[in-house]
Amino acid sequence: MKVWKYGNDVNTDMLFPGKYCYTAGTIDEIKEHLLEDLDPSFAKDAAEGDIIFAGSNFGCGSSREQPVLGLKAFGIKAVVAESFARIFYRAAINQGLVLIENRDAVRAYTGSEKVSLDLDSGELFVGEKKFTFPPLPPEIKAIAEAGGLLEYTKHKLKEKKE
Amino acid sequence: MSATFAEKVLAKRSQEKKVVPGQIVTVKPDHLLMHDNAAPITAKITAELDKYGVVNPELPIIVLDHVIPAADEKTATNHKKIRDFVKKFDITNFFDIGCGICHQVVVEKGLSLPGQIVLGSDSHTCSYGAVGCFATGIDRTEAAALLLTGETWLKVPESIKVNLKGQLNPPVSAKDLILHIIGDMGADGANYCSVEYHGDVKALSIDDRFVMSNMGVEMGAKTAAFKVDRITANYLRSAGIDRTAYESVWADKKAKYLMEKEYDLSRIEPVVAFPHKVDNVKSIGEAKGISVDQCLIGTCTNGRLSDLEAAAIILKGRQVHPDTRLLVLPASRTIYEQAARKGIIKTFLDSGAVVLPSGCGPCLGAHQGVLAPGEKCISTANRNFKGRMGCKDAEIYLGSPATVAASALTGEISDPREVGQ
Repeated sequence: MKVWKYGNDVNTDMLFPGKYCYTAGTIDEIKEHLLEDLDPSFAKDAAEGDIIFAGSNFGCGSSREQPVLGLKAFGIKAVVAESFARIFYRAAINQGLVLIENRDAVRAYTGSEKVSLDLDSGELFVGEKKFTFPPLPPEIKAIAEAGGLLEYTKHKLKEKKE
Repeated sequence: MSATFAEKVLAKRSQEKKVVPGQIVTVKPDHLLMHDNAAPITAKITAELDKYGVVNPELPIIVLDHVIPAADEKTATNHKKIRDFVKKFDITNFFDIGCGICHQVVVEKGLSLPGQIVLGSDSHTCSYGAVGCFATGIDRTEAAALLLTGETWLKVPESIKVNLKGQLNPPVSAKDLILHIIGDMGADGANYCSVEYHGDVKALSIDDRFVMSNMGVEMGAKTAAFKVDRITANYLRSAGIDRTAYESVWADKKAKYLMEKEYDLSRIEPVVAFPHKVDNVKSIGEAKGISVDQCLIGTCTNGRLSDLEAAAIILKGRQVHPDTRLLVLPASRTIYEQAARKGIIKTFLDSGAVVLPSGCGPCLGAHQGVLAPGEKCISTANRNFKGRMGCKDAEIYLGSPATVAASALTGEISDPREVGQ
């Protein structure tokens, strides 16, 4: 499991350049260009279970969901940031990508600590330090548990119409 | 119980007596905006659309603007799929290429009104706060779900009150003011919040208000709104919307705010946002003399008639410097026509500018003015992120239409007060 560390204001163009928005449609194409202008090694080396640590305002900018789709497709276990931009936060809920907003945890990670994350207990360890994060509100949790907003919506429609 | 603008709209629309920040409410938006991304959005729910249809053919607004006319086979196919979808489901509000940039078209056509809720799969949907509409951006998946259900959840935001005092001194413009505010508040200074503009807003035209609301998202705001006044009502009337067609909503005097800020408009000077962050704002004095390879006037931020006018006043009878190039994109066909009638388009052409169709093109690095490595551009757009204009090794500076026009004449970033008329 690798930890990727980035700074403040990582925007949607760094996560997925706008020039590909109307040409790269498949998930493999999205993965190929993910974080291209921020960290070209990410698309080559990211793997299932990796965690991203970032500063404040992660995901600011466009209402671009390719970054979330791409991170989810790589199997990123969670993005831990000091704060997230709101459209990105919403997009993550809608895809079931785990985001943890915790400034102290981000600042505790200097690059060498062992990191472990237990989503069920809501505990994040950075070295010896333990950080807890609150559960999602019930309305939001229902979306995450259904496997994302589309699955949630499809299920609801089926119930309603059949 | 006093309430903010956001609290009042969300309470009203969720049939709650009152709501508090942090509360989650379910709402049915009046409209859902999509653009060229309508193709990938509808592709997510092909089977469901066939089975259940679109919840309401009047809900979606689709404007083709991001890559228009199509730049290649992929984008052409994308547009074709959208036209097919529009026909198949009898979508009422469809605007094909050339109508304009989505955010301008939505307000021009009277599709975002005071007190309404409009959600859009574009971050600059917050622009409609200019006419007192609660408007905010969402992602593609949520747009897809909305097409099927017509409803979604919203968290009631905290609110920030921004008091504006006095008047701007032209050629200082609303763009300089909002860049100054974003520089002061920071790129996440209003994250998750509803921003309300109070005070001497009557000194700001509707075009000015669009600039201010449009850029709300550049400080993280969920929505950025103005009170509906005579200026708004006159504007809406010119768009064919009578005052009886809407019910405006505004904050109570004693509403509670997370933060209050005050800005003296008479003290605002021309400013420029330096690469690669919108909040990296410096005075024009610090930017003066930086050579620019390209200058861009347009986008959903600054492509309105008064923006084109402010630029044309500076360019009239003069030539774009041979070491730079000037691109102009009127924000809509209506604006393009008005500018043509007033001789503004001729002024641009005479000065050597390239006038492009009403669309987004170069702003997102799609086509029609992408930058080369090492190049610098000054633009009236809302974002200067690295790679935004199609090249990660280029630099983008943001300024007002007057500053960009002045810079086009000299080939370097210039103070519009010095280049003069």
